[in-house]
Amino acid sequence: MSSIQSAGLTTLEIQDVGRRFGGSQALAHFDMTVQGGEFIALLGPSGCGKSTALNCLAGLLPLTSGRILIDGKRIDTLPPEKRDFGMVFQNYALFPHLTVAKNVAFGLTMRKLPAATIKTRVAEALALVRLEPHAGKLPGQLSGGQQQRVAIARAIATRPRLVLMDEPLSNLDAKLRIDTRAEIRKLHQMLGLTTIYVTHDQEEALSMADRLVVLRDGLIQQIDTPEQIHERPKNPYVAEFMGYRNQLHGHVVSAQDDVVGVRVGELVLNAHPVTPLTVGDPVTIAIRPDDLLPVGPARAVRDRNVLTATPTIVEYQGQSFAVELRGPEGVVLHSRVGELPPQPGEPVQLTVGALRALAYPSADAPGAPVESTSRAEAVA
Amino acid sequence: MTTTDTNPVRAHRRHRLAERGIDKGLLLLVPALVVAIVLFVYPFAYGLGLTFQPSAKMQDEWGHTPFANYIAFFSDPFLFDTIWITLRLALPVALLNVLVSIPIAYKLRPQFRGKRTLLMILVLPVTLGAVLTSQGLIIFAGRSGWINQFLTGIGVIHDPLVLTMNYTGVFLSLVITGFPFAFLLVSSYLSGIDPNLEAAARTLGAGWLSRFTRVVFPLLLPGLATTFILTFVLAFSVFPSARIVGDPLGETRVMSLVLYRAFGDQNDYQLTATLAVMLGVVELIVVAIVLFGRSLVYRGHSGGKG
Repeated sequence: MSSIQSAGLTTLEIQDVGRRFGGSQALAHFDMTVQGGEFIALLGPSGCGKSTALNCLAGLLPLTSGRILIDGKRIDTLPPEKRDFGMVFQNYALFPHLTVAKNVAFGLTMRKLPAATIKTRVAEALALVRLEPHAGKLPGQLSGGQQQRVAIARAIATRPRLVLMDEPLSNLDAKLRIDTRAEIRKLHQMLGLTTIYVTHDQEEALSMADRLVVLRDGLIQQIDTPEQIHERPKNPYVAEFMGYRNQLHGHVVSAQDDVVGVRVGELVLNAHPVTPLTVGDPVTIAIRPDDLLPVGPARAVRDRNVLTATPTIVEYQGQSFAVELRGPEGVVLHSRVGELPPQPGEPVQLTVGALRALAYPSADAPGAPVESTSRAEAVA
Repeated sequence: MTTTDTNPVRAHRRHRLAERGIDKGLLLLVPALVVAIVLFVYPFAYGLGLTFQPSAKMQDEWGHTPFANYIAFFSDPFLFDTIWITLRLALPVALLNVLVSIPIAYKLRPQFRGKRTLLMILVLPVTLGAVLTSQGLIIFAGRSGWINQFLTGIGVIHDPLVLTMNYTGVFLSLVITGFPFAFLLVSSYLSGIDPNLEAAARTLGAGWLSRFTRVVFPLLLPGLATTFILTFVLAFSVFPSARIVGDPLGETRVMSLVLYRAFGDQNDYQLTATLAVMLGVVELIVVAIVLFGRSLVYRGHSGGKG
C-alpha cells in the first residue's frame, strides 16, 4: 500500500554507549541490538537516562563512550542531519510559522526531492494520520492531539531508517493518550518502521512495544518482552517499577527448585526464587496488589501463605478497591479487591500463591547500590 | 439557579461593572495619569501650538501665515537636508547593529564557561554615556589617537586615518552605544525560540544554514524589526557624538543639532518646537514602514521561554 516503508534497516547495534554530564554518568554500558522493524520502548522514571539514550541515538548529544552501528556501519560519528532518522519530540517541536503541509514537507525539501514527489509524499503522510483537511493550517490552530499527529507525519514522511519518539503522549489528556497510542501502534504495524520509544508510563510501554528496556540511574536493568518484564521482573527495582508494590524482607529457611520458604518476622512465606537461592540468603519478596488477596468463602489459602493485616485505607477505584493494610510488624501492604472490600480496622487474612511471590537476593533491593545488571546474574 | 441575562435577580452593580473590567483598582491609575498629562500631554500640546505661532522674524522671511515655520523647514536646505543627513547615519547604524547582533547572540546562546564575563563586556558600553564614548573615540581613533600612532608607528600608513570629526566618527560612536541594546534585545528574542525546533530541523536533515534561514530567522524576524526600530530611534536623535566626534556644520549636521541651534543660538522656541515635531514625524514614518513590514510576517509564539 503506502510507499512509506522501512528504508531497510536490518540491525541497529548499540555498543556500550555512555554519556557523562560534568561529573555525573547519565547513561552507561547501554548495550543492545535492535532488529529491523522492532518497536522498542525505553522505560524508567525521570532521570533514569532514557531521554539521554534517545538523544545519543539521534546525535543531538555526543557520546562519551561506545559506538552505534547500523548494518555494521558506524553512525555515531555522523551529525544528526546525516543520520536519516525521524524524531518525534515531547512538545511536538512543530515549526510554528509553517503550515502543516510545509512542516511535513520540511525533511523532504531538505533532501531536495522533486516538488511533485514532495507533494505526493506529504499527502500520503497526512493521510496516514488523517489530517488532510488541516494541511493549510498553522500548527497553532490545531489541538494537541492533532499537533502530535503532524509531528508523527513529519517524522515518517522522509521514510527514515529509524523513528525515535521522546514521550510523545505525555502532553495529551488521558483519553487522547490511549487513542494516539493505538494509532502509533497501528502505524508501526502498517509501515514496519523500526522505532525507539521513550516513556515513563509502564502501561504505555507494555501495550506498544515488542521489547522493553527498563533503565535506572543510567543503567539497563532488564531487556525483555512486555510479558516477561511484567511477570518475571529481573530484580526488585524492576518489580517495584512494574507495580509489585508489596516488598517484604526476610531470610531463606528452606530451598527447593522453584519454591523457597522465607522467614519474614514471625511467619514463613512460600515464594518463587527468581534466581537460585540457598538457605540463609537474605531476600526481598515482591508481590503485586492484585495477587495479595483476602481469604474468604470464595478464596482459599494458597500455598500455606497467610498474612494477617488490618486495612487502614479502602479506596474505590471504579472497577476495584485499592486497600492499604498494616501487616505484621507494621509493614504496609497493598491489595486490590474486585468486590466486597474489607472494612477499615477489621483484621483480615491475606494470601498469595507461591508462584506470584517473587523472591530476590536482598543485595538488589531498591535503595541498595546497584552497579550493573550483572549483579543479579553474578549471584545466579 | 444562578444569575443569567434573563434572570430577574440582577447581580450587584459592582459585580456588573467588574465584569466589564471596571473596579476600584482603576483608581491606582490616577497618579500615573496626572503625571502623564502634566508632564507629557500638556507640554506636547503646548509645543504643537507653538509651531503655528512663528516668530516675527520667521514671518518676515517665510510669509505671514501660521505655517511659516513649516514652510521654512521644507524650503530652507539648511534645515530640510538634516532629514537625509540624520537618516544617512541612523539607518545604516541601526541595520548594522541588528545584523551584527544576530550571529553574536546566536553563538552565545548555549551555556559555556565565561559566558557571563563575555556578556558583561559586550553590554558594558550601555553604561557609558554618549559623551564618554565620544571622548574615548577621540583618544582611541583621533588624528593622534592610539590607532593612528600604532599604524604610523609600524609603518602601515604614512598619513593618519581620519576616523573622527566626520561621518565615520559619529557612525562608530553610534555603533558602540547602540550595539549593546540591539544585542540584548536580539538575545532575548532568540531565547524565545524553542531550541527543540532546531533539533527537529536537524533530525529532518537541515544543515546549519537551512536551520537558520528556514527556522530561526523567520521566527526571529518580528523581534529583529522591533530591535531595528529601537536602535534606529536611539541613533536618530543623536546629539552629543554628532557634535564631539562629528562635523556639526557639515556631514553630521543632524536634526537635533539644528534643533539645539534654533533653541540656544536663535532663541526661537517656535522654530525649535517645529523642528522637534518634524524629528518625531520622520521617526514615526520610518517606524510605521518597519511595523508594516513586520505585520506581513509570522508573529505568533515560537515555543520558547521568551
